[in-house]
Amino acid sequence: MALLRRPEAGAVIGTVVVFAFFVGFAGGKGFLGFQGVGNWLGNAAEIGIGALAVGVLIIAGEFDLSMGSVLAVGALTVGLCTGYYHWPLWASIALALALGVIIGLFNGLIVVRTGLHSFLVTLATQFLLYGAMLGFARLLTGQTTLIVTFTGAARVLFAGTWDYFPAEVAWWLGLTALVTWVLSKTVFGNWIYATGGNLRTARMAGVKTAQVKISCFVFTAVASVLVGIIETAQTSTVSVEQGQLYEFEVIIAAVVGGVLMTGGYGSAIGVLFGSLTYGIADLGIFYTGWNTDWFQAFLGGLLLVAVLSNSWLRRKMLSTR
Amino acid sequence: MTSPPTTTSSSAPVLALRSATKSFLGFNALTDVTCELRAGVVHCLIGDNGAGKSTIVQILSGLAQPTSGTIEVEGQVTTFRSPADALRDGIATVYQEQPILPLMSVARNFFLGVEPRKRLGPISWFDSQRANTACMAELSSLGLRRVQDGRQLAGTLSGGEREALVIARAVFLGAKVLILDEPTAALGVKEAGLVLRLVSNARARGIATLLITHNANHAMSIGDEFTVLIHGQVADHFYRGERTQLQLLELMAGGEQLDFLSEP
Repeated sequence: MALLRRPEAGAVIGTVVVFAFFVGFAGGKGFLGFQGVGNWLGNAAEIGIGALAVGVLIIAGEFDLSMGSVLAVGALTVGLCTGYYHWPLWASIALALALGVIIGLFNGLIVVRTGLHSFLVTLATQFLLYGAMLGFARLLTGQTTLIVTFTGAARVLFAGTWDYFPAEVAWWLGLTALVTWVLSKTVFGNWIYATGGNLRTARMAGVKTAQVKISCFVFTAVASVLVGIIETAQTSTVSVEQGQLYEFEVIIAAVVGGVLMTGGYGSAIGVLFGSLTYGIADLGIFYTGWNTDWFQAFLGGLLLVAVLSNSWLRRKMLSTR
Repeated sequence: MTSPPTTTSSSAPVLALRSATKSFLGFNALTDVTCELRAGVVHCLIGDNGAGKSTIVQILSGLAQPTSGTIEVEGQVTTFRSPADALRDGIATVYQEQPILPLMSVARNFFLGVEPRKRLGPISWFDSQRANTACMAELSSLGLRRVQDGRQLAGTLSGGEREALVIARAVFLGAKVLILDEPTAALGVKEAGLVLRLVSNARARGIATLLITHNANHAMSIGDEFTVLIHGQVADHFYRGERTQLQLLELMAGGEQLDFLSEP
């Protein structure tokens, strides 16, 4: 019973159920093969890195709807600087990450200083960035799609594979471990939960809530840039429209992973399982041989079930000892 | 004014409000109110709704400034421009709605903002073991014994226990003055008893307490000194044993006789 009280309990059960479902319907069709497992793990990782970051931000009581466009900023920066202007690859990667930090600070500072809802602020950022990227790309290159090839260490780091297991899985697991440590073991983690749990209480207790929120916005932006770089490394192509819907996919994964939408509750391990469920469902449908058109409906249903069961688990948790 | 009995300390009050008047748009919420809080004394502030109790809480906790009159901390005149000023002078105010974080553990609530750390070179982390042990020791020494494990979620605590957690935290953080705004108003008999026991234990540690209540029973059971407010003025001020509960009830009703209650 004590295990059911963990924030990730619902997510783990969800993953097992969804996994069993697809093993049943697609187990013999390559879903469980090395390549199949590598595929859905890679898919889960791509969602998982962003979900992890947005999960932490939601725990701190805010949202980030600009993650899709920031992913594209990461990809486009590398595509433009290295693919078009032939900068050294590492310089473009450094610039992309720096832009991530700046966008995160921008979102965070506006939210903290004005008290506006982050939903609106980051939605504005999303449109600003997509519009600006389209404008800049056409103005500078006359194109909206660019090509860039990753080589050497950068290729191994962002797009390497070991027996079909892509490097992004290592990024995902490493970041999950790091965030687990921060959330459960550090003072800053305590402050993240408190800031989202009750802002006034946290502030009165001396928690630097503005610093907490801004740091979390920087994390979501940098994580999005990282995913943008990984996508670019894998596909060698960059589009100014890349990453659309990513901001919603990661929120779905975080919520399926047990993060409470109103803030103050959730865990990195839970988000890991939420993302895994997403990855399995996404590619599982492909392996069943069914029409993948059904994926979104499946995902919507999954989200609803996850939200209902998580809220039930939480009530149970607070009702008894 | 009656003179203090010999049992109470005669040194300068830890916190005092002197001749305070507070007007809102020409209406006096408080008129010439004096109220002293001494170390190890529970001072009950009693009055009906609208008598001005909340205004006094606001002034002493730094949320509002008196229109005239002064605040003294250990004999020194001072002004509280914000709740932070009052907190800095060791004045902790506990409001009726307990500001706890239900989905965080008791120990994490207790140590929020002042977490004990462990350190290895440049890396530091939350010392949860020390937090749990210290929090449990503090809670049980103040009389909250039902909570056994600091890792329990604070949301599982009852109303009285939450109140107790907040009071215990304030005491642990070195509050010299506790201002408790209607701490027992929403609680059942047993729960109220828990909070009153905690107040009594805080008193034994030499903390000055201002207990705001409209429950004469609770006031009489724990108070050492009493101030009764009617329409923003001090209607009576007395020490333990100088009034009966019935006299107090009549005063609280605005000096009106409560005899009609027994009429058919």
